Amino acid sequence: MADSSTLKGLTRFGSTQRRDAWWIENLPFIIVFGGFLAYATWRAIENNYFWVAPYLSPFYSPLIDPHHHWWPFSPAFLILGGPGGFRITCYYYRKAYYRAAFAHPLGCAVSEGHRGYSGERKFPLILQNVHRYFFYVVTIILAFLWYDTVVAFNFNGHFGIGVGTIVMLVDVILLTTYSLSCHSLRHLVGGKLDCFSCTTFGKPRHAAWRGVTILNEHHMFWAWVSMISVGLTDLYIRLVASGAIRDIRLL
Amino acid sequence: MADATATLRVFRGDAETGKAVDYEVPLTPGMVVLDAIHSIQANQSPDLAVRWNCKAAKCGSCSAEVNGRPKLMCKTRMDSLPPDQPITVFPIKTFPVIKDLVTDVSWNYEVNKKIPAFKPKPNAEWKMYQRDVDRGQEFRKCIECFLCQNVCHVLRDHDKKQDFGGPRFFVRTAALEMHPLDSRNRIPLLREQLGIGYCNITKCCTEVCPEDIHITDNAIIPLKERVVDQFYDPLTMIVRKIFPAK
Ligand code: SF4
Ligand code: SF4
Ligand code: FES
Ligand code: FES
Repeated sequence: MADSSTLKGLTRFGSTQRRDAWWIENLPFIIVFGGFLAYATWRAIENNYFWVAPYLSPFYSPLIDPHHHWWPFSPAFLILGGPGGFRITCYYYRKAYYRAAFAHPLGCAVSEGHRGYSGERKFPLILQNVHRYFFYVVTIILAFLWYDTVVAFNFNGHFGIGVGTIVMLVDVILLTTYSLSCHSLRHLVGGKLDCFSCTTFGKPRHAAWRGVTILNEHHMFWAWVSMISVGLTDLYIRLVASGAIRDIRLL
Repeated sequence: MADATATLRVFRGDAETGKAVDYEVPLTPGMVVLDAIHSIQANQSPDLAVRWNCKAAKCGSCSAEVNGRPKLMCKTRMDSLPPDQPITVFPIKTFPVIKDLVTDVSWNYEVNKKIPAFKPKPNAEWKMYQRDVDRGQEFRKCIECFLCQNVCHVLRDHDKKQDFGGPRFFVRTAALEMHPLDSRNRIPLLREQLGIGYCNITKCCTEVCPEDIHITDNAIIPLKERVVDQFYDPLTMIVRKIFPAK
């Protein structure tokens, strides 16, 4: 224990006068995000059980070259960089992993000790500034996911609903909400303006900015639920595709 | 209740030789930490140095670290703290201690001077609508308690006082940058002298702000996005070249 009765005793890594369980905050993120990363990587490598009519796993959509004419590896690797980069550069995930993985800082008013620090000013972290481009990529991927969801209502040419259809619908709604609550989108739709009343289309842009702001206030929540839901959606489709469970037709 | 007491472990002295000293203080209903400090001053140690003015969470003078958490002493009730252990009251760590709980925060006023003041657009029509000033009004709630500056790890642990302005001054810059009638561009200043790139949006400033200003979400991240517009996004940079900002 550092000597916490003087000021100098408080500069060692991890020292703090806080008495609350400040370190607990990092645990859910480490466990759930770590678990998600491991699962998603394994599923991408697995290259199997991602399609069972009419459901396509979101980890493999859009499905490119599944028969390996020119791409010898799992098709998931062709697209996972989009959603992966989107989350890695997301302002919420940045906060969470800078704290939990980089310990910059581990907790508020918890000492980091004397380690070098350059923030997001240098390579590679300066690349976080491209976040909005990942937003554009993910928007295209979302269009495919919506298309997949529509296809999930089509059972051999007939309209139908299975448990998988519901799972995919909920998932695509949550993913869309996560995107719509993005800080970069909030900036692009209106946040960049200084004066809404002096700009052409200022009023609708103010309305759009307000709407994104309402979602953005819970950005962390949307980040979590959409991450869990996309993982579970893939898991459901994997279980059905591998024959472990049967999809129940509701309609 | 009448003879209940609490032990305060208060930092006394200067940065080199200072040490925590324990005081037993009688509790009264509704008491805040600043009351307890005043009680020590009145009854036990008249030379205890503490800075305060309003006792109403509005002047921003009484910042300290109570049980290790950056707080306004006048807004921290004694009954919100666990009674079974001594309550530590230390000066804010990021700024040099002058004596006891009083620190020298003058560095902040030097940073403030780097930020160019409001300059109206030429021929500005002096009429403003609520939707255009909402954002700025949140930032104007700041009471300059510097708790955010104190907790920010860029200043607290890495001592980047030369290169970094700190959350309080991102709030101030945001208020100016989002002002509907202002004509200046402070984005290059933010990127260079105020070093906004050092901020890694870990939100400790937001967590401690007694005015509940959403510093990270509403000031820093929108400013970082504006820095991207001017320095990192080729598309918006081209658009700005073709249609220069009004
Ligand atoms: S969010 Fe940025 S400015 Fe605020 S405490 Fe963290 S690093 Fe400092
Ligand atoms: S932004 Fe909040 S924490 Fe920072 S100086 Fe102003 S009132 Fe204090
Ligand atoms: S900030 Fe989180 S998705 Fe854009
Ligand atoms: S004494 Fe004014 S804010 Fe506490």
